[in-house]
Amino acid sequence: MNLPPFARSQRLTIVAGILCFVLVLVVLQLWLLTATMESFLGGSDAIIVPAALASIGCFGLNFGLLHFFLRKLDR
Amino acid sequence: MKIEDPESISKSPDGKAPRDQPAWREQFPIDWPTDDFRSRRDFTKLLGLTSLAFVVGQLWIALLALRRRDREPRSLPPREIASVGELPVGGSKVFDYPRAGAKCVLTRVTEVKFVAYGQKCTHLSCPVIPRPERNRLQCPCHEGAFDLATGEPVAGPPRRPLPRLRLEVRGDRVYALGVEEGVL
Repeated sequence: MNLPPFARSQRLTIVAGILCFVLVLVVLQLWLLTATMESFLGGSDAIIVPAALASIGCFGLNFGLLHFFLRKLDR
Repeated sequence: MKIEDPESISKSPDGKAPRDQPAWREQFPIDWPTDDFRSRRDFTKLLGLTSLAFVVGQLWIALLALRRRDREPRSLPPREIASVGELPVGGSKVFDYPRAGAKCVLTRVTEVKFVAYGQKCTHLSCPVIPRPERNRLQCPCHEGAFDLATGEPVAGPPRRPLPRLRLEVRGDRVYALGVEEGVL
């Protein structure tokens, strides 16, 4: 997809939007990590795999946003 | 006459005209919109790395869980831990189970009912003390308390239940058969 280059003010708005989205996902990952650690220390292993998959999914979204959108904005 | 693109004009953060800016800003001009863009972009990239670190943390916990599963046998052989006559109603005994150093506490609740839990408080691992008259196991360090019948936390900072042992009374002997839930 070939988009026209963004104006400076547009780039600032877009990167702020991406920043908010990534921040929410990272906070979600932090919560997943603490909940998993709590469960692990309590002797339960049931949520470890689902939480790890969810965390990997969040990272995939973050990576996609950073890789595709920021690269496009930097051009 | 050449018309300058307003997008390319460097603006100060307070929006005032260049002649109203302090001297140092004139001497060290900064392209603020570009600076804002770069700082936000770099912070977003840092968050991306943080996200990767959290994934590594999750995988690390999964690895620890696998190692723990390999180390701890699922079912333990029955082991005699006390005789029925040894403990009066309300009495208790500390013993090592399933290995030396893993302290557990056995309590005789009624004539026929015994309960046993790991003795480490699930808050900060202080040894809990049975208080059968209050139907509790008390942690003296931070005034945590657990229900004597279930091991569930009922007061203070602990949020997780105590690991409970499976018990069986055969004749006049009390045997531990393994751990119901939790890690000793």
